[in-house]
Amino acid sequence: MSETAIPSALAEIIDDFNAITERERLELLLEFSDELPALPERFAEHPELLERVVECQTPLFLTLEIADTDAREVSLFFSAPPEAPTSRGFAGVLAEGLDGLPAAEILAVPNDMPDRLGLTRAITPLRMRGMSSLLGRIKRKVAEGLAA
Amino acid sequence: MGLAADTTAKFSAYAHPGRLVSTDWLAEHLKDDGLVVVESNEDILLYSTGHIPGAVNIDWHTDLNDEVTRDYVEGEAFARLMGSKGITRETTVVIYGDKSNWWAAYALWVFTLFGHEDVRLLDGGRDKWLAEGRETTREKPRPETVDYPVVPRNDDAIRAFREDVSAHFGKPLIDVRSPEEYTGERTHMPDYPQEGTLRGGHIPTAASVPWSKAANEDGTFRSRPELEALYLDEAGLKPGDDVIAYCRIGERSSHTWFVLKHLLGFDSVRNYDGSWTEWGNAVRVPIAVGTERGEAPASSSRS
Repeated sequence: MSETAIPSALAEIIDDFNAITERERLELLLEFSDELPALPERFAEHPELLERVVECQTPLFLTLEIADTDAREVSLFFSAPPEAPTSRGFAGVLAEGLDGLPAAEILAVPNDMPDRLGLTRAITPLRMRGMSSLLGRIKRKVAEGLAA
Repeated sequence: MGLAADTTAKFSAYAHPGRLVSTDWLAEHLKDDGLVVVESNEDILLYSTGHIPGAVNIDWHTDLNDEVTRDYVEGEAFARLMGSKGITRETTVVIYGDKSNWWAAYALWVFTLFGHEDVRLLDGGRDKWLAEGRETTREKPRPETVDYPVVPRNDDAIRAFREDVSAHFGKPLIDVRSPEEYTGERTHMPDYPQEGTLRGGHIPTAASVPWSKAANEDGTFRSRPELEALYLDEAGLKPGDDVIAYCRIGERSSHTWFVLKHLLGFDSVRNYDGSWTEWGNAVRVPIAVGTERGEAPASSSRS
């Protein structure tokens, strides 16, 4: 797939990561971790509504809602504990880059998008695969939601 | 040399009580000259979310592992790393980390490959420090770079390679992975599905003692009598045994290595860091499945 399949908000984040040094990238990822939005009450009080992304080393939970509109905009919700900042950080990147976009745009995000953040040296391959799994899980849930 | 040992009563029963410090001791000595506190975690960002004041971060993946070869850094890189963290050859280093000190024990083991003499673990690690509501900060120390000598890494005493394991049959092996990994039911740790191997099971004759049995709920080490019941009575080790421990990549078995070496006082304990991700992918090595330890292969003298 081509670069053009990356939605603009996410493309901007990727550019930001690539414009700085590796050490700064880790700090930026920490900022995304810090800023990961808290769950709205309806999910915070019902954690069973979230699905665990089992491919991630540390607990990471996900759910999404698809609007009943023509564009089928997707709202994303993540939850991960503070002791899992790398998972939280990546969830934060996807929340900022993809939340609220039409389903078709999310489905068009290339599967190797996580590798484009310039973190593959600093972060272990195992964790990078966890990140790819999170994106894959989002896309699968969107596809299922559209089919339902 | 180094700071005076922690005299906490629990530690005095261990073979090398000076290898552990308590959270109380650390809080009291935090500003002492000659001490550097090192945090080492699995998650590279965790340190940055808040750490013990003055502690520096050492990352197992980017700092201690060679970037290309599956090996540890050499003496020059280690000396540069130490110098940049303000650690001299004489410094007392206290290491702590997440997950009951898995990665902290791994870092301590790597320090030992370079013969750093005074290196200790914080009993209970990061979780205990936080659970006790002790001070943390996001402020990163900027240590002045100091000189650390280039010391060649010495793998002989505490590190085992695959050939060493093949030549070890007849002497005790400890498998510290989960029971499901030991039997071969799964090829990865629960919750870590991607780091798989082509074959499941364990190295024949290895006793199964999951690492976590050596830790209390709060991440501290179990008492000496409890550890003796576990490793001597249950697993069948005898004082003076020459032991090799392994897990999946060598981090959990560093925890067990620390227990056998420093808490129970076995002189000859090696960590097989290739562990199951090497053995379970290697061609024509013997493997046992199920709960039985299995027999040593007939040609155990050849590798």
